[in-house]
Amino acid sequence: MKAAVIRFPGSNCDQDCVLALREFGVETDFVWHKDESLAGYDLIALPGGFSYGDYLRCGAIARFSPVMKAVREQAARGTLVIGICNGFQILCEAGLLPGALIRNRDLHFRCEHLHVRVEDVANPFLHEAQTGGLLRIPIAHGEGSYTADAATLAELNQTGRVLLRYADAAGAAIDAANPNGSAENIAGICNAARNVFGLMPHPERACDPRLGSTDGRVIFESILSTLGVRKAA
Amino acid sequence: MKAKVIVMPKHSVLDPQGVAVRDAIHHHGLPAVKAARVGKVIELELDGSQTEAQLHEVCRDLLSNPVIEDYQLVIEA
Repeated sequence: MKAAVIRFPGSNCDQDCVLALREFGVETDFVWHKDESLAGYDLIALPGGFSYGDYLRCGAIARFSPVMKAVREQAARGTLVIGICNGFQILCEAGLLPGALIRNRDLHFRCEHLHVRVEDVANPFLHEAQTGGLLRIPIAHGEGSYTADAATLAELNQTGRVLLRYADAAGAAIDAANPNGSAENIAGICNAARNVFGLMPHPERACDPRLGSTDGRVIFESILSTLGVRKAA
Repeated sequence: MKAKVIVMPKHSVLDPQGVAVRDAIHHHGLPAVKAARVGKVIELELDGSQTEAQLHEVCRDLLSNPVIEDYQLVIEA
C-alpha cells in the first residue's frame, strides 16, 4: 500500500500526517501541489494548514492547484481520499464534498481535544470503529463551521454520509458540545461513493499516547484494513 | 477598464463577523444599527479582451462560493 500526502504552499500538518502513516508502516510520499499525477497511490491525504494563506476563502485557491485534477481523477476511480481540516475545506471548495466550512460562530480559533461521535461505520474510514462510539481527537481551526442547505443535510443524513458529529463526553450531540456552530454538529462527511472523507478534527495528532490520545488510530486502522493491509501491532 | 466584484454571505448563512461588527458599533454608541454583514470587494483591472460571460464564470467558480455567498459584478468603463 502506498499513500500520498499533498503539500500545498501553507500546508502545515503534512509532516504529522506522513509521520502517522509511516508509523503504521505505510510507504508514504510527500506530493507537491504542482505534480500532476497520483498514479499508484492507494490513499491520498490532503493535510491541514493554511494553503495559500487562506486567501479569498479557505481552500479556494488550493483547489485550482495542478494536483487537484489528479485528486479528482483518482477519487472518481475509487481511490480513498481523506481531507483533514484545511484538506476538508479544499475538498468542499473542489466540489468533491458538498457544503462549505465557514468562520466559527464565536470567531475564535479553537484548538483543543474534544469528542466526536461515530455516526456510521459502513465506510472505508471507520469500519473498525463502533457506531455511537466516541473518539477523543483534537481540533485546531478558525473556519470549521460546516454549512449546507437543508436538502443537502437531509441527503447526507438519509444516506449515512454524516460520519462524525461533535458530542459531549456522554455521547450527546448537543449544542454545548459544538465547538464552531457546525450544522447539526457535523464534524465529518463522505461523498456518495463513500471513498472521499472530509473531517475537521485531526486524527493524525491522536495516534501516539504522548500526544494525549490514540483515538485517531481507528481511522488509519480502518483505512489499512480496507486496503488489505494487516493492522499495525 | 475595471470591474468590481462584490461578494456577500448569503442571507441564509450565519455571518458571525457581521454580528461582531454590529455589536462593536453598539459599543461605539450607535444603537440604531440593527444588523451588519461583512463581505468583500474585489477590484479587477481589465485589458478589455474578456467577455462578460467569462467574468461571471470567474466570479462563480473562484471569487465566490455559491454554497455560502452571492456576488454582484459591476463593470466600469
